[in-house]
Amino acid sequence: MKLINKSQVAKKMPVRLAVNTVCKGLFFLATLVGLIVLAILFYRIFTQGIGSLNGDFLQNFASRKPEEAGIKAALIGSIWLMVVVAPVSLLLGVGTAIYLEEYARKNWITTFIKVNISNLAGVPSIVFGLLGLTVFVRALALDRSILAAGLTMSLLVLPVIIVAAQEAIRAVPRDLREASFGMGATKWQTILKVVLPAAVPGILTGGILALSRAIGETAPLVVVGIPMFIAFLPQTVMDTFTVLPMQIYNWTSRPQEEFQQVAAAGIIVLLILLIFMNSIAVLIRNKFQKRY
Amino acid sequence: MELRKTETYSVQQMILEKKSKKKINMEKVMPKLLFLMAAISVFTTIGIILTLIFETFIFFDRVSIVKFLTEAKWLPFASTPSYGIMPLVIGTLKITVIAAVVAVPIGLATAIFLSEYASEKTRRIIKPILEVLAGIPTIVYGFFALTFVTPVLRDLFPSLDMFNALSPGIVVGIMIMPMIASLSEDALVSVPKSIREGAYALGATKLETTIKVVLPAAISGIVASIVLALSRAIGETMIVSVAGGSTPNMSMDVTSSIQTMTAYIVQVSSGDAGYGTTIYYSIYAVGMTLFVFTLIMNLLAQFISRKFREEY
Repeated sequence: MKLINKSQVAKKMPVRLAVNTVCKGLFFLATLVGLIVLAILFYRIFTQGIGSLNGDFLQNFASRKPEEAGIKAALIGSIWLMVVVAPVSLLLGVGTAIYLEEYARKNWITTFIKVNISNLAGVPSIVFGLLGLTVFVRALALDRSILAAGLTMSLLVLPVIIVAAQEAIRAVPRDLREASFGMGATKWQTILKVVLPAAVPGILTGGILALSRAIGETAPLVVVGIPMFIAFLPQTVMDTFTVLPMQIYNWTSRPQEEFQQVAAAGIIVLLILLIFMNSIAVLIRNKFQKRY
Repeated sequence: MELRKTETYSVQQMILEKKSKKKINMEKVMPKLLFLMAAISVFTTIGIILTLIFETFIFFDRVSIVKFLTEAKWLPFASTPSYGIMPLVIGTLKITVIAAVVAVPIGLATAIFLSEYASEKTRRIIKPILEVLAGIPTIVYGFFALTFVTPVLRDLFPSLDMFNALSPGIVVGIMIMPMIASLSEDALVSVPKSIREGAYALGATKLETTIKVVLPAAISGIVASIVLALSRAIGETMIVSVAGGSTPNMSMDVTSSIQTMTAYIVQVSSGDAGYGTTIYYSIYAVGMTLFVFTLIMNLLAQFISRKFREEY
């Protein structure tokens, strides 16, 4: 009995192979789309914005005249925002991760916390803005301050930091903990002096990526009510302020053509800041991450 | 001998002294403190839900919930305001559908190329570039949609309005594409090699193996990634605020100005609707609707990836 009709197979084979090759080409083209879009985006923004990007642009406050408009208040404001977001979100995120990885028992409360964190990561950022507006701006009467905006942003990036810190802590091998216990260290001493130092590179990498998300985020701050036009620098965390994405949004939504160039220049500053932060994250990852 | 004895004694003494000196017992305090930190993420969710429920109730005190759900007009700024959520929902769905049409084929094809065809070297170049694409702030995408994609599209279709659904829809698609690509690639890579080799042994080509063997085995992860990405598209704010316009309507036309749920919240927040007005409370009702939409999709994605996962 002949199971395979060899002549039929031989006849179809060239077509099947040709289809394979064509589809491989199509898959490759689709992959290129992402790269091409990224190239166009960078090229457009660079050519539009480079003309307005100069020393004055970095040193001037926002202005009604496009040629005098500058980014000083927004740039300093973004740094102020980080001053609040970085400690708050890192402390809460790493604390939660330590609890979940080292202390939590396997029960319904732990499962609930974990499911809750993954759902929180999927809540649209603008909804966090509504939370910030109601709780921080109105109920706690923090007004439209750096503190109110910073706490809102901290809650927004918290799930990202928790997940990154959990992975970093999980990657620390059991042997290190056992050795520490064997030397007579208590659980907390082991966590503080053995587990955390070993997990620091992973935590920092995840933390910087989360902070770079906070720096680029606009929607929650619009809802919290951060002003888009400001001509002074904040002195304390209770002062009001503006940030880079808000300033860019303000310039983008103006009808005059000149403001689009100013917006592009602002975007270049924002992207440089993001690239700088991400390179630090990559550097930490490559330099300090040990493989156990 | 004498010396050693005192040494042992002094170490024991030191341990005892150290123990008695400590006022706070870290071993007992820290777990509780860390549990409180973990509880903050739960309180955040509770805070979001309570905020939305309370403020939405105040809104429904002034506007009937039936009208909110059934009326076909969203005109909060008119002299006789009308609050029917449908036009905003349709605006959001238009953006989501256009984004899906762009992101699903490109994202899936990218995932297949990276996991099945590309060499390790190519993967190492392309994956970071996709990460960059995913990390670009949405306001930058919004600027790109308004100043580049819209003018290009208007050259192609002169009837296109300055603000429309097409341009932000396409750009939202580009924004969520890396998410589909990277999550689907994870799902494809986790299909064991032995299954592929079984298909090759039967004489299947690489494409036949991919389409008929690998894709079905990874389908739960792929579908979950698409649902998650679409949930992101629904909640996307700045791209649609900048390039989508602010005219809520029920038409299926993608060439004219629209408004999404998120864009409405931004419009009210950046204007000066006073605290306590009906318009102020309406953003919470819209936010509630948005939250329910994305929550359902996130739960659906988790359900799919848990329920239909193939274990090898």
